[in-house]
Amino acid sequence: MRPLTLRRLFLQCLVLVLILFVVVVIAIKFGAVPVSLYALGRDVLRVLFGKSSQISSDYGLIVWNIRWPRILLGIIVGASLSVAGTSFQALLRNPLADPYVLGVSSGAALGAIFALIAEPYLALSPALSALLTPMGAFLGAAATIAAVYFLGRREGQIDSTTLLLGGVITASFLSAIIMFLMTTVTSGNTRGMAFWLMGNLSTSFQKSVYWFLGIGFFLAAGAIYTTATDLNLLLAGEKEAMHLGVDVPRVRLVVYIAASLLTGLAVSVSGAVGYVGLIVPHIMRLILGSDHRTLLPTAALGGAIAVVFADTVARTVVAPSELAVGAVTAIVGAPLFIYLLRKGAS
Amino acid sequence: MSSGSAPARSPGEPARSGADVRLSVEQVSYAYSANPSQAPLFTLEATSFQAKPGEIVAILGPNASGKSTLLQLIAGVLAPLSGRILLDGFVTHSLTPKTRAQRIAVVQQESRLLFPARAWEFVLQGRHAHRRALRFESEDDIIIAKNALAQVGAADLSDRWMDQISGGEKQRVILARALAQQPLLLLLDEPTLHLDIAAQVDLLHSLRRLAAENRYTVVVVTHELNLAAEYADQVVLMQRGRCLRVGSPATIYQRELLEQVFQTPLTVELGSSGRPHVTALSER
Repeated sequence: MRPLTLRRLFLQCLVLVLILFVVVVIAIKFGAVPVSLYALGRDVLRVLFGKSSQISSDYGLIVWNIRWPRILLGIIVGASLSVAGTSFQALLRNPLADPYVLGVSSGAALGAIFALIAEPYLALSPALSALLTPMGAFLGAAATIAAVYFLGRREGQIDSTTLLLGGVITASFLSAIIMFLMTTVTSGNTRGMAFWLMGNLSTSFQKSVYWFLGIGFFLAAGAIYTTATDLNLLLAGEKEAMHLGVDVPRVRLVVYIAASLLTGLAVSVSGAVGYVGLIVPHIMRLILGSDHRTLLPTAALGGAIAVVFADTVARTVVAPSELAVGAVTAIVGAPLFIYLLRKGAS
Repeated sequence: MSSGSAPARSPGEPARSGADVRLSVEQVSYAYSANPSQAPLFTLEATSFQAKPGEIVAILGPNASGKSTLLQLIAGVLAPLSGRILLDGFVTHSLTPKTRAQRIAVVQQESRLLFPARAWEFVLQGRHAHRRALRFESEDDIIIAKNALAQVGAADLSDRWMDQISGGEKQRVILARALAQQPLLLLLDEPTLHLDIAAQVDLLHSLRRLAAENRYTVVVVTHELNLAAEYADQVVLMQRGRCLRVGSPATIYQRELLEQVFQTPLTVELGSSGRPHVTALSER
């Protein structure tokens, strides 16, 4: 008998934080303009000792103004999508659930696009209008997951295959609407079709947006984490969880809202980056087991690692032009999805 | 039918004093309909019985007689249409899910797992209702889980994967999880369904012993007439949503009554233990 202890959880997270650190260093180093490790280390020390002014302006510009914000965005998007995927898997009792596969990302994208289109017509203060896109994405995500949930029910039970099919069809339907809107609405700031359909981390935002994303992530992921042991029991079925003392309706509501919020946050700044919420929780489960007290934080870190790494690949493989990060995650994720689907069926 | 919906009690049975009654099912009825505007698809007519600590109550009856519904009502998961169910004076349906799980443990027909788990992880799930949110398992939780496994003779299964043990072993681990809840009331829904005869006897023997040792009140839904006769203190006989009789096996196991309920010719003899024994006869 080896129950989870705080010490073990801490060590597991520490290892992943170190891996994330290495990946971040790699992401800063590689790109159209290579950055030497020595210069990077020197600059980090200079920043730490409050001597930022000594950083050479070229490096300073590339590292701190271009690559670092993009990495930060990758960390938040990866962690959000991964925690959302883990939550949807527990909520729907389906190991193949993922915001992208279920069409929730497309729903969030559509919500965000509606918000962007509506924004000029609404006389809002700048602070409120900055919140409008993530809010639209959240509502889009929440509405889609509710719709897919009802599509996936058969005789009162969630049917795994029907659910996935419902998700795929919903995603394709919503993508078509996104294409329609992108083609007909020629507003300057709607970011383009490829962004929403494939995901992209190249947009840079104001500093306040990163704060907003970070705080939003910690609030939503924290809310989900309070239900971690409930989710463990929910995997055995709702009735059984109820008998073991889980307040099933409350847990479902908390996780449903928080996971939709995480998807909405991620999609509103990066478009629909796929399969992260599917692959990362799976790998973490294989390595560390399916206890959500471990799974949620390690999946968050793993998601951050995966997206930062995928984005580095996306930036560098076809340099000086670049791929959408969603293309990289889909190239890896889609075959894995098929593999898991077939493994589950046999 | 010889009796109305009011349960008959055998004259020889001692009157139950209110003080040591643990479970009290009082005129409980229920109706289920898929659509509120339609007539109910299933009804449970007013049912009453009481049980003391250490007692085993068997709910018997053919398929669709309302056995499992009655169990869900006792578990507090379903709300009765009328009447009430008291556990040590508290209405089971009104307890919070957590408090309910501290007092009532339910063993269901099957327990599906989405991801593999080891037996000890499974048993520790029984401690969920006793832990505060976000707390890790304490030393006490671990000791209680180990004891629970030992009590059902499954200590050696602790590190095995749940999907790699036999049906009988699995049932013992599931029972251990229920014991880890340290309940006052243990409810079992056809626990012997997928077990061979040796495992069935083994399980009910364990239940008898545990009920005596830990002073649980046990309510078990079963199809096994003879196992119920052997191990139950009280039998609740159900048919088509009606509670026909409540009483000791000796008073309930009468040939005409059982033939009428189960719709098949059978014989009832007194076994060597003084408990009745039922044999179904082929109609030819």
